[in-house]
Amino acid sequence: MTFALVFEQTLNGLQLGVMLFLMAAGLTLVLGIMNVVNLAHGSLYMVGAYLTVAAFRWSGSYLLGVALGLTGTLIVGMIVEVLVLRALYQRDHLDQVLATFGLILFFNELVAMIWGRAALFASGPSWLQGHIELFTGSRYPLYRAAIIVVGLMVAILLWYVVTRTRLGMLIRAGATNRTMVAALGVNIRLLYTVVFGFGAALAGLAGLLAGPIYNVQPGMGELILIQVFVVIVIGGIGSIRGALVGAVIVGIVDTLGRAFLKPLLGTLISAPAAESAGPALASMLIYLLMAAVLAFRPQGLFPARGG
Amino acid sequence: MKSRLIGWSIAVLVLIAAPPLLLAIGQPFYLDLVRRIMILAIAAISLNLILGYGGMVSFGHAAYIGIGAYAVGILGFYGMFNGWLHLLVAIVASALVALAIGAVSIRTSGVYFIMITLAFTQMLYYLGISVAEFGGDDGMRLKRRSHLGIVDLNDPVQFYYVALVVMLVTVYITHRIVNSRFGLVLRATKSNEARSRAVGFSPYPYRLTAFVIAGAICGLAGALYGNHTNYITPGLMSWQQSGDIMFMVILGGMASTAGPVLGAFVLLLLEDLLSSWTQYWQVILGPLLVLSVLFFRRGLAGIFYKPDA
Amino acid sequence: MLEVRQLVKNFGALRATDGIDLEVREGETHAIIGPNGAGKTTFISQLAGNLRPDGGRIVFGGEDITQLSAPRRARKGLARSFQITSIYPEFTAVANVALAVQAHASHSFRFWRDARRDPQLLAPARRVLEDVGLGARANVLAANLSHGEQRQLEVAMALATRPRLLLLDEPMAGMGIEESQRMIAFLATLKGRHTIVLVEHDVDAVFRLADRISVLVYGRLIATGAPEAIRANPEVRAAYLGED
Repeated sequence: MTFALVFEQTLNGLQLGVMLFLMAAGLTLVLGIMNVVNLAHGSLYMVGAYLTVAAFRWSGSYLLGVALGLTGTLIVGMIVEVLVLRALYQRDHLDQVLATFGLILFFNELVAMIWGRAALFASGPSWLQGHIELFTGSRYPLYRAAIIVVGLMVAILLWYVVTRTRLGMLIRAGATNRTMVAALGVNIRLLYTVVFGFGAALAGLAGLLAGPIYNVQPGMGELILIQVFVVIVIGGIGSIRGALVGAVIVGIVDTLGRAFLKPLLGTLISAPAAESAGPALASMLIYLLMAAVLAFRPQGLFPARGG
Repeated sequence: MKSRLIGWSIAVLVLIAAPPLLLAIGQPFYLDLVRRIMILAIAAISLNLILGYGGMVSFGHAAYIGIGAYAVGILGFYGMFNGWLHLLVAIVASALVALAIGAVSIRTSGVYFIMITLAFTQMLYYLGISVAEFGGDDGMRLKRRSHLGIVDLNDPVQFYYVALVVMLVTVYITHRIVNSRFGLVLRATKSNEARSRAVGFSPYPYRLTAFVIAGAICGLAGALYGNHTNYITPGLMSWQQSGDIMFMVILGGMASTAGPVLGAFVLLLLEDLLSSWTQYWQVILGPLLVLSVLFFRRGLAGIFYKPDA
Repeated sequence: MLEVRQLVKNFGALRATDGIDLEVREGETHAIIGPNGAGKTTFISQLAGNLRPDGGRIVFGGEDITQLSAPRRARKGLARSFQITSIYPEFTAVANVALAVQAHASHSFRFWRDARRDPQLLAPARRVLEDVGLGARANVLAANLSHGEQRQLEVAMALATRPRLLLLDEPMAGMGIEESQRMIAFLATLKGRHTIVLVEHDVDAVFRLADRISVLVYGRLIATGAPEAIRANPEVRAAYLGED
């Protein structure tokens, strides 16, 4: 367990955190502003991955693939918003959960019908293959480093929009007090659509970034969605800052846990015991973390709504 | 009241008469199907207690099916086949896990509660996958079914009647609970929490108790389900399974005794029908479910009679 | 019976409750009045336990209840009716009151007996409904009661818990003239038998019912005393007239 190894895994954790952040930012805004639980957020992630892979294969150009994939995801998101989500704004959370659950089933099967149930092979662009040299002397995949950079750029962009633009002001106001914003005469419908679109685009981006690293297959969205929920619970609903902090924490804890818990345990208890307990405990780590945060701060670390 | 009793009597008679009839016309597959529906109906009834009557949107209820099933599987793995032990461990383990999860989750509400219950169930799912000894992702086959002594679960018909009896007993027990003092507090807290607190009820102990009871009953269903499928996988605890059970409760009509049973039959028969048409049946079921939520709120039991009050 | 010492509540920069000292004697009907925005409901919420004060103490029957939750205070005999009707709409009127009775009848961890027909709960509930004037409407769904009847139900539920202190937050809110008169007449029958803290806008009701009146303006108590003294108090007149 050298420093180089730890540092590399920390970078991996940061990379996972960045992707969780892209998903969490959109979802927490939708939750905070529109008060809608959207389980189908993971489906948009999946759609982003699939559309980009398909567009890349068809066109041969990665950047064109990305552009088409993102646009396609945005369009799908808009359709979902108009057809289903609009009817759910006034409903209680139970209805929203059930309806978006139905959407998940639909999208998973649709994707399976078109591309099959087996995982698709997705590759990044050739100009992102290869490695970079870290200061620790070891090499790190260029693609993963690129994800970290993209994610941080998006975080900065979001920070700028949310704190420096009028739209951002509306978003922050809406997250703290939705009814007031409507009462002030803001076009709520439009605001909702824009926010949802943002979220869909971010999810699609996360999906297309994920393609070469994680499996592109039906159901991929739900796997990451639960981790996104953990991020939001830890970070606080409606808060982008919370989403970023929560995502980085969850990403790093999960990655380091999976990498090092088993060997760490092995120094404390017998090897065969560590062999089974290690992975088991590692998989539970972020949930235990969530439970711990809840015990002390039930609203999360940076709740948008006033206490 | 009268119409309800008549409705139940007819349903029970039909269910009792089904096995000999189905065997006579050479359709043992449906025996299996109805048995599976009844076992899952038990899970739905347990969820109805906390969701329909308690207003707690717990999205992770399938966890207890998994715990109950794995109790049977793991005990069998170590050579213990006593069915009564299986049932006891299934129920107690589920109750304890429900206590742990509930203690943390019930202090939250609204969206947080939904996400947290889902997250904890996922945690158990991952735990199931990562423990390679018990099959990990692939699951484990039951060496032998639970040995109950007075009935033989290997006989499909006997097992069917076991499931039927357990389901009916569960319906009755739940019926008594929701109309007892405890049940009234639970329902009052769902109806108006502020008023309940003002009158002197602290919601937390009642909700936690209901959560534990529901978990325990669902664990029982899990033990039966493990015996039914003979093959135990972490998929039993997946959130698709949780969603399925929720839909059974909603479709049937929340806060009614017949609702979850009706919902289980409708949903699972529908799934069976659709899957015989195409392997991509979920692409039809998904939108159907969405439509049912958008337009068909009160559930089926609401068509037949007014809800309990 | 109830002592409030230097109660303070801030909402950010707004001092909603600004160092209130109040004393309610046993058996008296103590009214709290004040112009809109004075912080009356904030004050009541702190007494009932729905809001935690930022400073000060609340002593009930000699016991410091400042840190107790609302349900615990209710169980100690502090009953509250809400300004915005808060009942159980899907339950009948008698079932509503029966729940209040049940809250004070030892624990509710009984899982078997049918509580809907339990005479130990229903009999007292019907009695309270009769007292309040809703006896004939006992089996009507609370959602189907008229607004005035629902306000009566609010008070009935508070009474059914056999409280030592009644906190009534604008019981006549939204009622018409006749209904208000009936409610005032009923509240008058409670005088002396119960200790009541009454928040009200209806000046007529206040002067008929109150033994003492406290006036709240911008979170501060500017006067306490008998009705006549309050009526004549120049600061009080300024506060009300100045509002016009």
